[in-house]
Amino acid sequence: MSGVSSTRIPLRDGDWPDPPASPEAAPFWAAAREGRFLLRRCTACGKAHWYPRTLCPFCLGETAWEEASGEGTIYSVTVLPREDPVRTVAYVTLAEGPTMLTSVVACDPHALAIGQPVRLVFARSRNGTPVPCFRLVAAGGPPEPALSW
Amino acid sequence: MTIHGRAHLVGAYEHPTRKAPDKSVAQLHAESAAGALADAGLTKDDVDGYFCAGDAPGLGPLAMADYLNLRLRHLDSTDIGGASYIAHVAHAAQAIAMGRCNVALITLAGRPRSAGHSGTAARPVIADAPDSPWETPFGPTTVNLYAMCARRHMHEFATTAEQLAWIKVAASHHAQHNPDAMLRDVVTVEDVLASPMVADPLHRLDCCVVSDGGGALVVARPEIARSLRRPLIRVMGAGEAHKGQGGGEVDLTYSAARVSGPAAFAEAGVTPADIKYASVYDSFTITVLMQLEDLGFCGKGQGGRFVADGNLISGTGRLPVNTDGGGLCNNHPANRGGITKVIEAVRQLRGEAHPAVQVRNCDLAVATGIGGLLGSRHGAATLILGRE
Repeated sequence: MSGVSSTRIPLRDGDWPDPPASPEAAPFWAAAREGRFLLRRCTACGKAHWYPRTLCPFCLGETAWEEASGEGTIYSVTVLPREDPVRTVAYVTLAEGPTMLTSVVACDPHALAIGQPVRLVFARSRNGTPVPCFRLVAAGGPPEPALSW
Repeated sequence: MTIHGRAHLVGAYEHPTRKAPDKSVAQLHAESAAGALADAGLTKDDVDGYFCAGDAPGLGPLAMADYLNLRLRHLDSTDIGGASYIAHVAHAAQAIAMGRCNVALITLAGRPRSAGHSGTAARPVIADAPDSPWETPFGPTTVNLYAMCARRHMHEFATTAEQLAWIKVAASHHAQHNPDAMLRDVVTVEDVLASPMVADPLHRLDCCVVSDGGGALVVARPEIARSLRRPLIRVMGAGEAHKGQGGGEVDLTYSAARVSGPAAFAEAGVTPADIKYASVYDSFTITVLMQLEDLGFCGKGQGGRFVADGNLISGTGRLPVNTDGGGLCNNHPANRGGITKVIEAVRQLRGEAHPAVQVRNCDLAVATGIGGLLGSRHGAATLILGRE
């Protein structure tokens, strides 16, 4: 990307704003604390969606949690060079279909491009909640080792 | 039933202030209301319908209606962000057509400049908003959500930063003639590209100003409009729509104006080719480009070429846009640009725009807006106005 800082974008583990609590979202965070990334799929129409809702946004049918692959591609991304630390906001299209608002972390901002494969990494918020972020998957080589948190 | 010809825009007023640390928000609403009623030749006691949105202090319309001591039989506080006031004109015309009121007052005011609020700051967390648990950690501010739309548009259609910059250049050419505009210096494409990157690919000069201020509109039934000594500006058509993330089926290449625009043109019985002047909500340069495509002024993906080379500059370009300097240079009161879009359209239709930017024989105009966040969830409203 042009005109943006060359500062490497950090994982920012332990420094993400906390997600407000919601009864509808609680099982997601419980699974995330076990390292599992969930989404919801409709038991009536069969479609997965994001963000997770109890009733399907396509047909208002009942939905159920399922574990997602954590694989995706960048749909769009913006680098915020004036923020400290430099960070990104991104839409990532999951292998399961839905596109989610997130952040691509632990990367060189100049390496970011639409269409690049990414993989889920949980980074903790200030109160320790694991927030679903993404890292670039190295092209052609083995995936970068997952960060432990 | 249609609102075409059922109501007229009889009063319009843009508060001249751009910084008002010593005024209350309610006071700015009231001063704007007084200005619009004086412009129409009406008084407070003629008002029986009142419209406002989230910038109005207090619960919905109740506190401002009390502050202004109005006697109302119709109230509406529809809030679709900065596009609300464009929708309010249509709602007022509907209410008038239904006999619910005769004279509708619409007000907007705010002091984000004095309060230090801007589009780069994190939006206040609304804990019960259903998206908050999923998005709050990532800090989706106003500017970065618009930036992702611009980035995707560039990816799909080869739109360039230079083309986006032309939208700001056109606004600056217009603003040099507006003594009230916050930014009156003419800028070049190079100036825009050299300004600091705020949210890649949007530079500082791709972003609107943050200004204190206000504005107000008065809509009246045709019989009342004809009794006033002002040019007759008719409401001809309107459209309104919403677009969100589609349950995860995200497509950032179009806006809800793709629905609101054609609905407005159909009701008015005109096409984009008939339009002499366009007020196009310009929170960011990408906002303008997206709406021009979605309203049908050019094909999807051709917006970059359409806005380039001064095509939006009055007198030289094919489509004069935002001849007051728009939100990009003139004014974006309360961080909501909808009402100033309608006000400049009224000026153009009356022939009361600055002579340097006045469109000749301007008898048909569109005012269109995007409220909320283009990249996540937003409302759109489009209004067609014509001079009789």
